[in-house]
Amino acid sequence: MNMENNIVIHTDKLTKKFGDFTAVDHISFDVAQGEIFGFLGANGAGKTTAMRMLCGLSKPTSGKGTVAGFDVYTQSEDIKKNIGYMSQKFSLYEDLKVWENIRLFGGIYGMNDKQIAEGTDRMLESLDFTQERDTLVKALPLGWKQKLAFSLAIFHHPKIVFLDEPTGGVDPATRRKFWELIYDAAEDGITVFVTTHYMDEAEYCNRVSIMVDGRIDALDSPSNLKKQYCADSMDEVFTKLARKAQRTGD
Amino acid sequence: MTAVSAIDLEKSYGKVAALKGVGFDVAPGELFGIIGPDGAGKTTLFRILTTLILADKGSASVVGLDVVNDYKEIRKKVGYMPGRFSLYQDLTVEENLKFFATLFNTTIEQNYYLIKDIYVQIEPFKKRRAGALSGGMKQKLALCCALIHKPEVLFLDEPTTGVDPVSRKEFWEMLRRLKEQGIAILVSTPYMDEASLCDRIALVDDGTFLGIDTPRGIVDSYKEIIWSVKAPGMPKLLKALRTIPEVKTAFAFGDVHHVTVKSGYTMDMLKSDLGQKGFRDVEVEKITPNIEDAYMLLAGK
Repeated sequence: MNMENNIVIHTDKLTKKFGDFTAVDHISFDVAQGEIFGFLGANGAGKTTAMRMLCGLSKPTSGKGTVAGFDVYTQSEDIKKNIGYMSQKFSLYEDLKVWENIRLFGGIYGMNDKQIAEGTDRMLESLDFTQERDTLVKALPLGWKQKLAFSLAIFHHPKIVFLDEPTGGVDPATRRKFWELIYDAAEDGITVFVTTHYMDEAEYCNRVSIMVDGRIDALDSPSNLKKQYCADSMDEVFTKLARKAQRTGD
Repeated sequence: MTAVSAIDLEKSYGKVAALKGVGFDVAPGELFGIIGPDGAGKTTLFRILTTLILADKGSASVVGLDVVNDYKEIRKKVGYMPGRFSLYQDLTVEENLKFFATLFNTTIEQNYYLIKDIYVQIEPFKKRRAGALSGGMKQKLALCCALIHKPEVLFLDEPTTGVDPVSRKEFWEMLRRLKEQGIAILVSTPYMDEASLCDRIALVDDGTFLGIDTPRGIVDSYKEIIWSVKAPGMPKLLKALRTIPEVKTAFAFGDVHHVTVKSGYTMDMLKSDLGQKGFRDVEVEKITPNIEDAYMLLAGK
């Protein structure tokens, strides 16, 4: 992986203030193409605010940031076209059929009818979902919904996909199969930016950053972080860092 | 007398069977975990036991009272914290607490000792509207409101979902202290690592209990041969492991993979098979399974 040439997310002292509260405090990091980047932190550490800035949904107060080569201040609409997003809380319309959800998301991402039709066939085939084309999403098992939601988030071949706690509340086997999808996407060159509260999942990331009180207090590969903090697991690393937090959690 | 007793509970919503015959007992002062993914039936079970909905079949009692005939009495004796934040957003912290105390004909002062440890953490914000609290503080307030009438049984439906690992640990420390007050606590969670903090657990999947035991007992009853495997190139290693006929299952577990293998297959055979597939520096170790391993085996996934 050539880190210098293929930077898809770049931030330099990126900051967001709400009144006198500094939610995100001068964060600086780069993410390379095809990297699986874990974005960890306690509740209230500033992850969501930082992610909203990177997705073009919130303007920073100061600092620099580019995502997929576009500026977070002036090119937020271009950013939105070049990223995918999935969260556990909301990803699919339950009252629409599988194909209707695909049609809707494809349309939102600006794909034309032909691209959507071809992409739909391809996606359903690769997911082994062909018989479920006309099924209402709410009738699908949770594990299937997640697979579908992830496939939709990368349907338009974004450069980066943002995953906000994608595996919350699913059974252990489904959670692991989901990470296998993440690996496949990364192998196809899609950069994966992921938050999670499962510390074993932090181990699956190429690099992990840990936010504490709006700052990035640690950023490295899981194995280097464990060495640096003399810890046996990422859970231990996280606990050591998060216990330092001054802010009351959210 | 048991704190909670359920026999063959069944509940369907239209064609969807949420509970397919669930039975268990919880002793007074026991910390009992109901562990399983979303959609397994945890909330339905809690709503039946707290007398909010009726089961289609089966029976249940809470502190010796029947959930159908004695529902009014039960409601005085249980505390319930639903998964979704359900306090009054427009009332302040203090007003919410006072409201729930009044509902149950008591005062904050009377049972203050029960909530003191938790309430002092949110007391600095007692004039703030509940809707303006952070997630962690909302959770603490909801727990105080569920406790203020000194319930005999506390039902907590996914209190830690979406909460970071450190805050989750703190929440469980609070529960252990409450348990010392003799309150039986039923807590549901999708996080398997919380199982070890319970006295006993029920693993639930798709409306049925896969097993009820102490966390230790669940792990001890695991009969498969299970190893951890590690080598450079973990994602490729996982795929390679699954192509070996003697490997029954292979899943990622943090920085290692856990594999179960057919009997007669040795670690040296695995190393040699992986060596033929081009893997070097393979480390294999016999391990004790954890709750997730047990869950996957029992759920047949």
